[in-house]
Amino acid sequence: MAVLKVKFTKNKRDKLAQVLWVLNWVSVVTGIILFSLGLFLKVEINKQREVMSDRDIHSVPNMLIAVGLIACGINFLGGKICYDCVDTTKFQRWKLLMLPYIICTFFFTFCILVGALMCYTMRNELEESLDQGLRDAMRYYKDTDMPGRCFLKRTLDMLQIQFQCCGNGGFRDWFHIQWVSNRYLDMSRKEVVDRLRSNVEGKYLMDAVPFSCCSVYSPRPCIQHQITNNSAHFNYDHQTEELNLWRKGCREALLEYYTQIMQSIGLTVLIIWLFEISVLTGVRYLQTAMENVLRQGDPDCESDGWLLENSLVETARSNFNIIKNLGKCNQIDTANNGDPNIDVPSTAHYGPDNVPPKQIPMVN
Amino acid sequence: MALLKVKFDLKKRVKLAQGLWLMYWFAVMAGVLVFSMGLFFKIELRKRSEIMDNNESHFVPNLLIAMGLLACGLNIFGGKICYDSLDPTKFAKWKSVVKPFLITCFIFNVLLFITALLCFSLRLALQFTLAEGLKNSMKFYKDTDTPGRCFMKKTLDMMQMEFRCCGNNNYRDWFEIQWVSNRYLDFSAKQVKDRIHSNVDGQYLMDGVPFSCCNPSSPRPCIQYQMTNNSAHYSYDHYTEELNIWKRGCRDALVSYYGGLMNTIGALVLLVTVLEVGVMVGLQYVNTSLATLVNPEDPESESEGWLLEKSVKETFTTIMGKMKAMGKSNQIEEGGAEQPAATAS
Repeated sequence: MAVLKVKFTKNKRDKLAQVLWVLNWVSVVTGIILFSLGLFLKVEINKQREVMSDRDIHSVPNMLIAVGLIACGINFLGGKICYDCVDTTKFQRWKLLMLPYIICTFFFTFCILVGALMCYTMRNELEESLDQGLRDAMRYYKDTDMPGRCFLKRTLDMLQIQFQCCGNGGFRDWFHIQWVSNRYLDMSRKEVVDRLRSNVEGKYLMDAVPFSCCSVYSPRPCIQHQITNNSAHFNYDHQTEELNLWRKGCREALLEYYTQIMQSIGLTVLIIWLFEISVLTGVRYLQTAMENVLRQGDPDCESDGWLLENSLVETARSNFNIIKNLGKCNQIDTANNGDPNIDVPSTAHYGPDNVPPKQIPMVN
Repeated sequence: MALLKVKFDLKKRVKLAQGLWLMYWFAVMAGVLVFSMGLFFKIELRKRSEIMDNNESHFVPNLLIAMGLLACGLNIFGGKICYDSLDPTKFAKWKSVVKPFLITCFIFNVLLFITALLCFSLRLALQFTLAEGLKNSMKFYKDTDTPGRCFMKKTLDMMQMEFRCCGNNNYRDWFEIQWVSNRYLDFSAKQVKDRIHSNVDGQYLMDGVPFSCCNPSSPRPCIQYQMTNNSAHYSYDHYTEELNIWKRGCRDALVSYYGGLMNTIGALVLLVTVLEVGVMVGLQYVNTSLATLVNPEDPESESEGWLLEKSVKETFTTIMGKMKAMGKSNQIEEGGAEQPAATAS
């Protein structure tokens, strides 16, 4: 028995075709939106690529871009089909293409859903990428005279100012790395030499942060150096001081920023997916209704339209059988001892003279 | 003799009226644009009102807003006239209104042109406002615990970072004021006492700048304190050091920003003025061509349209004469006023 059967008059079919034509054009626009969202996300990720490790985080924007472009193509074709469905004679040429088109569109809408879900599941990959990327960027902060790394200081400073954050997990991350280049350290001074010697790796570590960590909300001038030394500053306690530096780590700040973007994109993609599903359903009804019209031979008669010709279980079973048969056709007949060449007489040809080559003597 | 006379047949008149109707709708959009620009400019001025000593003039943005709204109203009205001018019977009811409307449009266009010029000339006034405002803001930078001034530090820091500037004219302005609150100075320290005593006004001055003056493009960690003391820092010369802090003053940066904004707005307003003059000229042609139909009973008959009925000189003389006559009629007849006074005596 057909699933969700609906009766269609000529008028209803024409109206459905016209509405679907409009909806397909709207879907072309939604395809452009998908493409734009993917492009936007790609650009946003590229903006901070210097503080991200090379992980597979471009899969989501690439997926959205691809899905967007395919959506434009599929819905453009769908619009053409629906436009021609008003005329029975014109529909004849699309008849064979309709079922493959619907199957393709079904898989495509599934891809849209996957794209939407990927937007929500990307957070972990992004977190790992940012964690590693920021750690490396901070390590190279001091290397302003090294080609390829000379702009990392500027990038990190701008990042900390823009996202109001400090360090990777927090401002204390700066205490564990040398962020002042040896070029600006006076090696003749005892204090500098002692500090370098006191570290196993010979790093110049200090309880200080770059200026970009300073919070504009602080009521006092920024304390950047000797942050943990209360006696070095008047009326100061680093444990209770909340406003002096940005407390949030840049990984968390960037993660929040990107998560917000991706959740918005994910929601938009889900809405587009629902819309595409409804268009696909409409096209399926139109296809079945038009095919039934062709069977009856009268273009003005009533016809039935449905989603599935048989019940869900039967449809699944028949599809499974089709796939099985396809598999059987591709199998090699190995009935006789598993050797497909068992009955084939061997007639060897030994070159133009047909003389077999001499056997190579075997040494035991 | 009429100025810029043009012959019109029905087809030409219809085409002109339709074209004008469309142009009037464009002019309505232009009015919305002028209004939006005025609003945007007003918001931009408001954003920085704290560093403008609350003395910034909102005359230009207010004028832009008013002109934008007026443009919308006038152009909707003009569009209606043009739409009705396609039908001579409908146009008859507008006949008495068109001339006053055109005069209003002319005055409006003059005002629009003046507005554009004001946009270009506001730069100077803004420069003085900013100079005074920034000086005061910097003076109050340290007063983070004084009500009404507690956000001045944040405002200045944000501004210096956003506009990549430092101080009023340059970073040295910070050396001449106390920008660290006494609350954070240890008066038991000899160095602090000496520095305060050495100043006439008892201010704690130092050759240092706030962190927001630091330039992220500098290859070395930012040097904010003892900036003029080369020996306090390794491999440093404050005369040759270009990238350590922002060299540009905030007044210059803000004047450049607002100047650019106003030049853009001014140019757009001038373009809108050109469009408005265009539609006004078009409407004058429609009006005169419909008024001079060879056969008023036959809408398809030929007609002539012009800009001015007489030459510019004659028109000007006529207007002056009318104004003189109006002036005379408003005067009190001196003779008539003196006679009762004489009889009374």
